[in-house]
Amino acid sequence: MSTDYSIEAPSIHGRLSLAEIEELVAQPLDTKPDKKFFIAITLSTGALLIGAFCLTITFLYGIGMWGNNQPVGWGFGITNFVFWVGIGHAGTLISAILFLLRQRWRTGIARFSEAMTIFAVMCAGIFPVIHTGRPWLAGYLLPYPNQHGLWINFTSPIIWDVFAVSVYLSVSLIFWYTGLIPDFAILRDRTTSKIKKTIYSIFSLGWRHSNRHWQHYEKAYVILAGFATPLVLSVHTIVSFDFAVSILPGWHTTIFPPYFVAGAIFSGFAMVVTVLVIVRKIFDLQNIITMDHLEKMNKVILATGMMVGYAYATEFFIAWYSGVQFEQFVFINRVFGPYAWAYWIMVSCNVIIPQLFWVKKIRRSIPIMMVIVILVNVGMWFERFVIVVTSLHRDFLPSSWGMFIPTVYDLGILLGSFGLFFTLVILFTKTLPVVSISEVKAIAEGSQPTHHGGNHHG
Amino acid sequence: MAEKKIFGITALFKDPDSIISAAKKTSLSGYTKWDVNTPYPIHGMDNAMNIKPSKLGFVTLICGLSGTTIALLLMWWTMSVDYPMVIGGKPFFSLPAFIPVTFELTVILATASTVAIMFAFFFGLPENSHPLHDTDYMKKVSRDHYGVVIEADDPKFNETVVKDFLKSLNPVSIDVIYYPEKETYPIFEPKFLGVLAATAIIVSLGTYLTLNSLMYIEPFNWMMNQDKIIPQSKSEYFADERGMRMPVEGTVARGFIPYPYLGELIPTEVLLNPSISTKAILELGERKFLTYCSPCHGDFGDGDSRLRGQFQNPPTLHSDRARNFSDGMIYHIMTNGQNIMPSYSSQVSREERWAIVNYIRVLQRAKNANEHDVEFAKNINIE
Repeated sequence: MSTDYSIEAPSIHGRLSLAEIEELVAQPLDTKPDKKFFIAITLSTGALLIGAFCLTITFLYGIGMWGNNQPVGWGFGITNFVFWVGIGHAGTLISAILFLLRQRWRTGIARFSEAMTIFAVMCAGIFPVIHTGRPWLAGYLLPYPNQHGLWINFTSPIIWDVFAVSVYLSVSLIFWYTGLIPDFAILRDRTTSKIKKTIYSIFSLGWRHSNRHWQHYEKAYVILAGFATPLVLSVHTIVSFDFAVSILPGWHTTIFPPYFVAGAIFSGFAMVVTVLVIVRKIFDLQNIITMDHLEKMNKVILATGMMVGYAYATEFFIAWYSGVQFEQFVFINRVFGPYAWAYWIMVSCNVIIPQLFWVKKIRRSIPIMMVIVILVNVGMWFERFVIVVTSLHRDFLPSSWGMFIPTVYDLGILLGSFGLFFTLVILFTKTLPVVSISEVKAIAEGSQPTHHGGNHHG
Repeated sequence: MAEKKIFGITALFKDPDSIISAAKKTSLSGYTKWDVNTPYPIHGMDNAMNIKPSKLGFVTLICGLSGTTIALLLMWWTMSVDYPMVIGGKPFFSLPAFIPVTFELTVILATASTVAIMFAFFFGLPENSHPLHDTDYMKKVSRDHYGVVIEADDPKFNETVVKDFLKSLNPVSIDVIYYPEKETYPIFEPKFLGVLAATAIIVSLGTYLTLNSLMYIEPFNWMMNQDKIIPQSKSEYFADERGMRMPVEGTVARGFIPYPYLGELIPTEVLLNPSISTKAILELGERKFLTYCSPCHGDFGDGDSRLRGQFQNPPTLHSDRARNFSDGMIYHIMTNGQNIMPSYSSQVSREERWAIVNYIRVLQRAKNANEHDVEFAKNINIE
């Protein structure tokens, strides 16, 4: 590879023609699923069913089936919620922030990571609801006139969370669907099956690729990106308020919002890389989702990983500098206490191991990259576990100290959420174009007029 | 075959440079009802087509500001007008704590309505019956061609002139597009409707059965259903299989001391009034009299019932006969009943019945007051 970074590497390799791009992306939709697909979907639905079983048991007997107890009232439920919301941050970051920053390499991976955002937020949404123990009362979280004459408490971080996560899911869905409309039109015009054609026609809304439409459409895309950018930053900020607005040592920290957002991008990118590596291999998309894409993602992982490490260090510094005895105890307890193993998994996976990405060869090596990003996912899950559990298990009074030990139902539901996520991802790869066809066509070589600078302008 | 109506004439191009120049020339020739169809937005096309910048931003601005206003008004009204509550020592209208929800509602209203209004009003979508659909032209511009279409609605439209003009642009091909006789993507096609109906039936049946079998399982009911024996339940432990035990012979329920003169016409004079006419007792008697006695006897015991002749009116309580009843006799009538008046012993407790007796005595004295009573009443302060 050339090391001249003054020239931007082409976003698509192999000089594909517009028709070839279309064939390549639409191919999984036109062919029957093969054996690999069925094996994958069996594994993921198996995990999903285990989760469903554990959840049914939880509904029947209550959250006493989980490891939650008196000092540790927030166990896996909230850990998993924060973990999945974090995963859901990469998609909108790629589709909105990188769009506004005019990073053209985002086009190859935007659709896929947006889909992952939606699926991750769906997984996340389950946890606070089941964590309440009475999920059928979730409607009380919405402000509607009711017989009790009561309203929800708009000054509560939990309500902010409800609004932030549901708005984030809705806006991500709108963003995703808006991007899909031209692709639905492309699929409509290339399919020969009548039923498929009718379905694609309905979803394409009768899109005609008209330039009088493209003009507003592009404007709308900028507007959506403009709103999604502060939104994506606000969501994990508000999730961090769940902790930071309380007065518990270990949670009551002003660094939480930026620290959570950096961690969310970090874990989200790691998850996107994990899944993309597999998808580009299975669907032969190496020319559209190129090694350059993966390398750029790995650079973002390296940068955000260091931000997260910096946040860890800052927390310790502030605990010492504040002179607050309780705060200092919590942090010493994190490092040397009963959950020190979780803390050190977190530090090594999130701060130490990603440092390998300084080496270019490692950034561009699929197997090593795969190991690192999976470890990052593990580390980020443990980060949330450390924040939730170690801050709670040592209460102010030593007589109220306790330990959190997850039960098999906790683990089953966590596995089930991965099952749900991967089931949705696998179904998505077979039903919708995993890469935005029209956007990739627009950045292919020779796709823009030459007098305008064509493909090689800013 | 009937004359087909022309929708417009299309020309296809193979590369982005020629579509830009074609668009420029079409725009300069003064056509107004024409369009360019490209598989993706092409840089510089807006200038080439000479179309004004999009006004979509104003829609977003208005909808976003409405979201802000709605959020703030909702929170102000609920938290400081309808049900004000002090939470964490914050003021009723606590702006910093309202910022997150305000922001989220602004974003959702701005984005959702921008997209909805753009598709519905700016584009007039969904529209699957447009003449361009399902033509070779549309299939090609969807894939890798670039096309210009000049519509027949254009005031300058003339089939041969437009064809010659488009030929001068050196296109790959030229096509005349006619209005279709029927919708090209028939949503009401039987096969599609069949699939849709089958999906709907399967999903609703599945949902119905699942809900019926799963939703009515009582979740964690161990607090409600315990192993102990509750009243009225069956028990295998006792020979008579009753969960409850019968009380010991001669047990008297609290407040239900047996009345010995039941059914007798004239009770013994032994029945003496145990209560004293204190203010509290009289007020209790008044309350109970107005509740249980006044519907038939009238508010002041005049026998002017409110029952509008549904029953025979009782005689007045101010007759000499009634005034000469002993307290025990009045109590006996209430407890035992008389003529068509039933017993009130189950509705009105013993103490309340004696209180009513005292209150009836007050009514009787008030209705038949003598001069001393009038003098006395003048001297006391009646509210």
